[in-house]
Amino acid sequence: MKFEQETLDNGLKVVAELNPNVHSVAFGFFVRTGSRDETADVSGVSHFLEHMVFKGTEKYSAEDVNRIFDEVGANYNASTSEEVTLFYAAVLPEYLPVAFEMFSSILYPSLRDDDFKMEKQVILEEIGMYDDMPTFTAYEKLMQTHFAGHPLSRSILGSVESITALKAEQMRAYHESHYLAGNITLAVAGNVEWSTVVDLTKKHCNHWPAGETARDTTEAEPAGGVLVLPKPGAFQEHVAQMCPAPASASPLRFAADVLTTIMGDDANSRLYWELIEPGRAEAAELSYNDYDGSSGYMTFLTCSPEDVKENLDAISVIYEQVNKNGVTAEELEQTKNKIASRIVLRSERPMGRLSTLGSNWVYRKEYRSVEDDLETLQRLTLQDIHDLLQQYPLGQLSTVAIGPLESFPK
Amino acid sequence: MPNQQIEIHTLDNGLTIITEKMTAVRSAAIALSIPAGGCYEPSGKNGVASLLSDLMLRGAGGNDSRAISVAFDNLGVQYHLSPGWHQITFSAATIADRLPETLRLVADIFLRPQLKQDSFEMCKIGREQTLRSIEDEPRQMLMIELRKRCYTPPWNRSSEGSLENLPEISHQDVRTHFQNCSVPTGAILGIAGDVDASQIVSQCEQLFGSWSGESPSLSQGSEPKPTSNHIEHDSTQTQIGIAYRAVPYRDPDYYRAWTAVNILSGGMSSRLFTKVREERGLCYAIGASLNTLKEEARILCYAGTTNDRAQETLDVTIEELKNIDQNVTESELQRCQARAKSALIMQEESTMARASSLVRDWFHLGHITTLGEVRERIESIHTEDVVAYARQHPASDLQVLTIGPQPLQVSEST
Repeated sequence: MKFEQETLDNGLKVVAELNPNVHSVAFGFFVRTGSRDETADVSGVSHFLEHMVFKGTEKYSAEDVNRIFDEVGANYNASTSEEVTLFYAAVLPEYLPVAFEMFSSILYPSLRDDDFKMEKQVILEEIGMYDDMPTFTAYEKLMQTHFAGHPLSRSILGSVESITALKAEQMRAYHESHYLAGNITLAVAGNVEWSTVVDLTKKHCNHWPAGETARDTTEAEPAGGVLVLPKPGAFQEHVAQMCPAPASASPLRFAADVLTTIMGDDANSRLYWELIEPGRAEAAELSYNDYDGSSGYMTFLTCSPEDVKENLDAISVIYEQVNKNGVTAEELEQTKNKIASRIVLRSERPMGRLSTLGSNWVYRKEYRSVEDDLETLQRLTLQDIHDLLQQYPLGQLSTVAIGPLESFPK
Repeated sequence: MPNQQIEIHTLDNGLTIITEKMTAVRSAAIALSIPAGGCYEPSGKNGVASLLSDLMLRGAGGNDSRAISVAFDNLGVQYHLSPGWHQITFSAATIADRLPETLRLVADIFLRPQLKQDSFEMCKIGREQTLRSIEDEPRQMLMIELRKRCYTPPWNRSSEGSLENLPEISHQDVRTHFQNCSVPTGAILGIAGDVDASQIVSQCEQLFGSWSGESPSLSQGSEPKPTSNHIEHDSTQTQIGIAYRAVPYRDPDYYRAWTAVNILSGGMSSRLFTKVREERGLCYAIGASLNTLKEEARILCYAGTTNDRAQETLDVTIEELKNIDQNVTESELQRCQARAKSALIMQEESTMARASSLVRDWFHLGHITTLGEVRERIESIHTEDVVAYARQHPASDLQVLTIGPQPLQVSEST
């Protein structure tokens, strides 16, 4: 595998990991904009804009866009997070030029009024769909509670009110100020020549507007709190909790990954043995959610409403123990093996490499090969985990609960 | 298409071992299926298969539950054991040189699980939690309830089990299910990756050679079939499910059916996505898929939409299903074929996808179709074949099910 990179005059960053041994090539435009870059009056615009991109340009109608991607058998989609809007596709190498031209064109869409009006209905349906998924609602409300007053608290989808009120002119202005080449990283992984990537980029992206937007990445200072959202008729209580963790650029992030896997992976973790194996909960997991400047350890629990208090208390004891005593050498070793295998397996497909390749560049301007990741993992020590816990202990600072409970058990 | 190196070997006791050597990968994936799915559960005990799947991993051979997990983690094995309608299937992937150690653990799980009483009690409580959580997710519930209505027993059982039946299931029921169903006759082991077929076969002869037993008989399936076409639920969206008959994987017309379903719902230029979402903005999620059992199959269609637009969504969707034989174009067909070509070639990058595909082919067809053959079949289909298929198997006798605050009117005369 070979790594290449270049920055165009307009600021577009291009990174590629070339691998002649695979059958496909995956590419993604990582646009550094998401809900945290919005203001309240345009809440949800980044995600809505992600949809509108597929409505096409003067040259390509929405129908053309859908048809042409399907004509080349592209496996493609897009996603929006708090921080990044990502447009990606995996294709057979011979179809890369067509798929590439399409994505690089539609990133600067026409944003026609009638398309805007129609797609608004689809966005409202998407909000409706997630509204019926308690685990998703728990996550969204937790972000709002934990990061209250901080940009990370903003909802990705926006609300029925904010989307209904949003105007096409507001979206056009947002697009104009955020879809600047300096905000975009193109990552390419798989079976392709570097010269092909360079040619395609020069041909289709050179004219993109230059510029970059600033983002306030001040670390959040969460005050914590409890929010209970009663859902009459529900069977299970879904509880999400968060406390501060190392930011995405921190060297502590590798230790945070390992720690949360030891503590709260979906199998063979401390939470698993305490709560899932005996049937006390349906889900009990801990994850490391890293963002630009501020991150969170997120605990997720699903169980019967009458067991919530006991289970949260049990989690609290588990966290206190690890904060005090750390993890064992045995746990560390097993978890390293588990994560190493995940890294290798995921990397076998170009699509699996794409998000790692792109995120490393977007967040840290660094290239890390699979071997680099494996080496860093193997070098982690108990002392590293100890240092992490000193700075960022596990906790249950902010809590959101959705389910039959009307108030939180004392 | 890549040239595939596939070998098939059947042990004396009936276990079929199928290997595919893939040269560009470092990993190996396993899929092992036994005839122990929901169709073999005793009537009124839906959940036995899922409980057995939960329990098999909770101790096997000399290892307790924790020792199994630790051993798999140390080998870097990603794995799960899942109950289905026909089979219980263990799927796993790891770095190829760890395959021999992994297979030893797998043999313990299938031949010597401990199936302890106290573990069973814990699995049962856990299963109840899972089933209750499904009731909180109307979209998940819809597919389970739709299958209950469009297939006949025993094929309509939920592979997750049922809250009603759960209290009736004893530890002995699960043990009996294991004894009847964890057998080499009808069991299929598929392995794909950087592997050597002869080494695998000789190791499997040692590990699985002593395994014995005949295929179990199908359950009578005498339980009543639900008939209501609406389930009331206080939700923001109405979930719409529509099912009708299609041909199964083993049928000579399967690829025509596959093409028809893809014209309806494969990719964002497909008819349902275009007519229901793009042109009318009626929903975010809509799709249809071909759900195939060994002897029969259904097209299962799904749409989720806010309540006041649900009737229009249902009407437009049914109209599209009914009109599938109208104006089938070369361009639609070409897109299905292009998508199939990409998907088939990219399957060669995934050992997990190949291992499951080997098992699936052997189970349904009794032979392996190479990716090249699949592509040839798909590319030999013409528009008139799709039209002919759609007219022979029209969207009629629709089973419609909705979950939401209000029932809808089904205009189609069923």
